[in-house]
Amino acid sequence: MELSPIIKIEKLVKRFPMGKGEFTALNGIELLFTTGEFAGLIGPSGSGKTTLLNIIGSLDTPTSGDAVVLGKSISSLSAKEAARLRKENLGFIFQSYNLLAVHTVYENVEFPLLLLNYSSSERRKMVMDALEWVGLTDKVRSKPPQLSGGECQRVAIARAIVKKPSLVLADEPTANLDAANSHNILQTMVTLNKELKTTFLFATHDDKVISYLRRKIFLLDGTVDREEIKSN
Amino acid sequence: MKLAIKLAYRNLMGAGLRTWLNVIVLSFSFVIIIFMKGVMIGWDHQAKTDMTNWEIGGGQYWYKDYDPLDPFSLNESHAPVPAEVAEEIARGDMEPFLIVPGTIYPQGRLQSIVIKGINPGQSLFLLPSHKLDTITEAIPAIIGSSMAKNIKAKVGDRITIRWRDVNGTFDAGEILITEIFSTGVPAVESGQIYIPLKKLQQMMIMPGEATILTFRDSEINRPEIDNWTLRTKGDLTASVDKMIKTKTAGQTILYGILLLLAMLAIFDTQVLSIFRRQKEIGTYIALGYTRQQVVGLFTVEGTMHAILAALLSAAYGLPFLVWMAKTGWTMPIDTSEFGIAIAQTLYPLYSAGLVFSTVLIVTTVTAIVSYWPSRRIAKMNPTDALRGKLQ
Repeated sequence: MELSPIIKIEKLVKRFPMGKGEFTALNGIELLFTTGEFAGLIGPSGSGKTTLLNIIGSLDTPTSGDAVVLGKSISSLSAKEAARLRKENLGFIFQSYNLLAVHTVYENVEFPLLLLNYSSSERRKMVMDALEWVGLTDKVRSKPPQLSGGECQRVAIARAIVKKPSLVLADEPTANLDAANSHNILQTMVTLNKELKTTFLFATHDDKVISYLRRKIFLLDGTVDREEIKSN
Repeated sequence: MKLAIKLAYRNLMGAGLRTWLNVIVLSFSFVIIIFMKGVMIGWDHQAKTDMTNWEIGGGQYWYKDYDPLDPFSLNESHAPVPAEVAEEIARGDMEPFLIVPGTIYPQGRLQSIVIKGINPGQSLFLLPSHKLDTITEAIPAIIGSSMAKNIKAKVGDRITIRWRDVNGTFDAGEILITEIFSTGVPAVESGQIYIPLKKLQQMMIMPGEATILTFRDSEINRPEIDNWTLRTKGDLTASVDKMIKTKTAGQTILYGILLLLAMLAIFDTQVLSIFRRQKEIGTYIALGYTRQQVVGLFTVEGTMHAILAALLSAAYGLPFLVWMAKTGWTMPIDTSEFGIAIAQTLYPLYSAGLVFSTVLIVTTVTAIVSYWPSRRIAKMNPTDALRGKLQ
C-alpha cells in the first residue's frame, strides 16, 4: 500500500540576520515524509534541526524554497492560515514542556480542544482518553509545579495528541528527563504512533530517542548529511 | 471572545495574590469614586432642596433695583405688591418679603443687619415664622442659630434695633427673640433678622410694599411684571451648580490620581506578564492562536481586573455606600460658617447611572491600559517566545 506524503520539503533555505551579515541555518533541504512515520532530525546543536521543525510547524517561514505540510505551502500561508494549520493538524512537544503553569493537568490537555470548539462532554471524554494513554488519570487536578519532569512531559504528550493530530512535532522531548522516564515517554509515543497512526517527527541528539526512531535524518551545518531507515 | 474570557479567568485565578492585589486597589477606586460622586450629587440635591425650602421657593420676582450683593440698593428696592399677584398671595402660593437695612445693638455692640419682613402665616418656607405671631410690646423676631451665636442671643432676649424709614428718619425699638432656627442655608440667617411683614411695613412707612415676591410652583410659566425681574429657580440655584462644578473638577483630579495608581498596577502587571510569560505566549501560538488573539487574551485578562474589582466593590462597597447614604457624612467642623449651602451632615445620593458610568469608565480605562503593553506581543517572534528568549 502506498502511503500518502504528509510533509514535502523542497530546496528549503533559511537564513537569519546576524550582525551585518546573515547566518544560513538550513541550506537546500529536500525531504519527504509519509503518514505514520516515526522519524527524527538528528544533529548537533546549530545543525538546523529545530529551525526545520519550526518551519514544518508553521511557526517560522523559509527564506527560499518551500515546505508543504498536509498540502499547505508554509511559505505562502497567512498568519491566520498558519494558526489554523497548527490548531487543527499539528501537535507540539517541547523540551521544557511549555505547560500552562497556573492551569491544572486537565485544563492543559483540554486547551487545544477549546480552540477547536468541542462541546464540554466531548472535551471531557477526549481529555480523559488522552490522559489514560499517558497514564495520568489520577493527576487531573494537579498543576504542573506539583508534577515531576516525566509527568510534565506526559501531560505535554497528552496535550499534543488529544485532538488526534496528523502530525506531532517533538523538539528534544527527553532532554530534561532521566533514562527511565525517557524510555517510558518514548514507549508511549511509539504506542500512540502505532495505535493512532499519528506521524511523529523529532528533533534530537539524544541517543535514547535515536534508538527508537524508524527513520533517522542526520543534519550537519544546515544540510542533510545522511539518512538511515530501520528495517523491521 | 468566550474562550478568551474563560482562559483569562483561569489565568487570573491561577495568578492568585498578584491578581487580588490589583483587584483590591482597583476596587478602592470604584468605591471611593462612587462615594465621592454620590456625596457631590447628595450635596447638590440637598443644597437645592434646602434653598427651595428656606430661601427661594419655586422662584422669585425681584424689584428692579434689588441687588442682594449691594446693601446700598436696599433703601431703594421696594414697591407696592403688584395687583397681578394679589390672588396668588391670597392663596398662599406667593409670599412677599420686605427687605431693609438696620442696626442692632447686642450687648452694647453695634451690628449692621438686614431686616426681613415675612408673613407669620406663610407656609412656603420652613422658617418658623409662626413664632412671630406673638403678642408682645416688643417686635417679635426670629433669627438663625449661627446669627444667635454671633450676637450671643438666646430665645427671650431683648435687643435694641434701629432703622431708617422711607422718609430718612431714624427710629429705634426693641426686638424680642421668639425663636432660633437651624438651617443649612447660611444665606437666610447670616446678619439677618425676621420680623412680621406688616410690622416692618408699618415701621418703614411702606404699607403694602415688598422687595421680593417668592412663588411656590416653579413649573408654571410666569408672566412679565413691570419693574419686577423674574428669577427662575434655575437662575437662583446657578451659584450652587457653579460651586458643585468647581468641586467636581477638583475631585476629578483625585479620581485621576486614584485611577492612575490602579492603572499603574495593571500596566505593571501587563508589562511583567509579557516578559515573564513569553514561553506561555509562544505556547498559545504553537497551539493555534494567532498573535492578535494572544493580544486579545492579555487585554481581556487585564480588563478582567476591573470586572473582578467591580464585583469585589459590590461585595464590600455596597453595604458601605448604603450605610453612608443612611447615616450620612457628618462634617468634622461647623458648616454654618462655610458661607455656602451645606448641611452639617451630607447624605450621598447614588443612581444606577452613576454606578454604571463609573464601572464603564474604569473598565474602559483598564482595557486601554491592558491593551497598550499587550501590543508588543504582536511583534514577537513565536520561536523566540517559545524558548523564553527576551525580545
